[in-house]
Amino acid sequence: MKFRSMKRYSKKTSVYFQQRSKMFFVYIGGVLVLLGKTVFWVFSPRVRKWQILEQMNKVGVASFPIVFLISFFTGVVLALQSAYQMQKMSSEMYIASLVAVSIARELGPVLTALIVAGRCGAAITAELGTMRVTEQIEALETLSANPVHYLVVPRFIALIVMVPLLTICADFFGMLGGYLVGVGKLHITHSMYLRMTFEALAIKDVMTGLIKSVVFATIICTIACFEGMNALGGAEGVGKSTTSSVVRSFILIIVADCFFTALFYFIR
Amino acid sequence: MIELKKISKTFKGHKVLEDFDLKINRGESMVIIGCSGAGKSVLLKHMIGLMRPDVGSVSIEGTDITQVDNKRLNKIRMDFGMLFQGAALFDSLNVLENVAFQLFEYTNKPLAEIEGRVAECLKMVGLENIETVKPAELSGGMKKRVGLARAICMSPKIILFDEPTTGIDPVMGGVINKLIRHLHNILKTTSVTVTHDMTSAYEIADRIAMLYDKRIIEIGTPEEIKNSRNSIVRQFISGDPEGPLTNAARRV
Ligand SMILES: Nc1ncnc2c1ncn2[C@@H]1O[C@H](COP(=O)(O)OP(=O)(O)O)[C@@H](O)[C@H]1O
Ligand SMILES: [Mg+2]
Repeated sequence: MKFRSMKRYSKKTSVYFQQRSKMFFVYIGGVLVLLGKTVFWVFSPRVRKWQILEQMNKVGVASFPIVFLISFFTGVVLALQSAYQMQKMSSEMYIASLVAVSIARELGPVLTALIVAGRCGAAITAELGTMRVTEQIEALETLSANPVHYLVVPRFIALIVMVPLLTICADFFGMLGGYLVGVGKLHITHSMYLRMTFEALAIKDVMTGLIKSVVFATIICTIACFEGMNALGGAEGVGKSTTSSVVRSFILIIVADCFFTALFYFIR
Repeated sequence: MIELKKISKTFKGHKVLEDFDLKINRGESMVIIGCSGAGKSVLLKHMIGLMRPDVGSVSIEGTDITQVDNKRLNKIRMDFGMLFQGAALFDSLNVLENVAFQLFEYTNKPLAEIEGRVAECLKMVGLENIETVKPAELSGGMKKRVGLARAICMSPKIILFDEPTTGIDPVMGGVINKLIRHLHNILKTTSVTVTHDMTSAYEIADRIAMLYDKRIIEIGTPEEIKNSRNSIVRQFISGDPEGPLTNAARRV
């Protein structure tokens, strides 16, 4: 008797997992199809200049203050925390290299992407989701406008351009934070700090960071737009989509980050 | 000419249309009546290719739009205007940009000419001087009328109206009925109007079709519908709370 119920239970779970994994692949498939369409429409001769500029303003200019704040303090904290370790070995001057490399390769791109996903990805999903549930996306179609071309492409271009630019800012301000701690508090000389920074930091480090940020921008845009365009069921549905947009972007950003870090490590 | 043949549509196990047939002639003004949730909006969305039937075909002037690719479908849609039940104005654009959406998208007309056309369309629906207002600042009825102006802006050959007079005061309702009739008489537009408003239906219809239980149960001229012997139709047009419609609902 007991055995039988267990068997039934395990059957239930396996059906559950089958359904979940099917949903997962349907989701990934949908996202990839949207990405494909977006790339297709990016190359259409029709460029919506004003919409792209407006989105760039929303994504880039408006995100700048928070990117500045977070990257600067991350640089400060990074310098202080490593000082705590390095002072034991009296090798404080390496703090400059450590801050520079970890900001450029890792923290700059990832923090920027997480900020943009939380700030702009959520806004994109909420906006497109509202358009979906109030039939505005269908209205676009009846007016013979392609929703991907009209809505997704300007956001995609804006993100692809602005996220790397924000990353460069984040790199700069993070290193500035490290510099202020190093020179101001840890008594490393100005010229020493700069020398140690640029000795350790290769162009390649910054470039790998920027490659990552382009990938992150693609993830943010595609997930946010997909979630928005597939929102269902009124205000509640838009809220749900917005939450899952942010959560899924975060997860994918971290997974992609891990993948690319490993890749760059092995193809060094 | 719009022809729907043997259409079935199911949403998550809930059948909305089944074996549905309807033919709308060129230049005809067809009115679809039916209870809320009967599937009238779903029916309109099939006619313009926003929804695809599970089985069956929808042909517009002889082209089966369930079979064509997107590019072709967009071309066919240039002949359509549609008013959505909730107006579906674009929040991010002002009234001028909403109404002139297709003029801005597909023509190179100078701004003055576009503004002239928009003012003309807005006047037809009884609105003036609201070009720079965003939809969020409009009342429900005004949104509907702006949506109507957007639908007729390009003088399309076929117009689909989803409840054009719902949520609008009787006087403006009269204006809109007259406008639909005018489009039909002067511009020879084919129109499909969904409504619960029987006065409006009698006024604008060449033929009225009643949608009930996944099918058209009765179709005919306003006179024929008024004198229908079908008890469901009689209850619907008289608005009687007792009858087969409410009894069926009670049984469920
Ligand atoms: N996109 C959709 N997904 C699921 N169900 C839908 C969808 N659109 C409409 N329905 C269902 O179809 C039925 C008919 O809806 P609708 O055509 O809007 O009714 P009405 O006749 O009031 O316009 C309703 O029961 C509704 O729940
Ligand atoms: Mg409806």
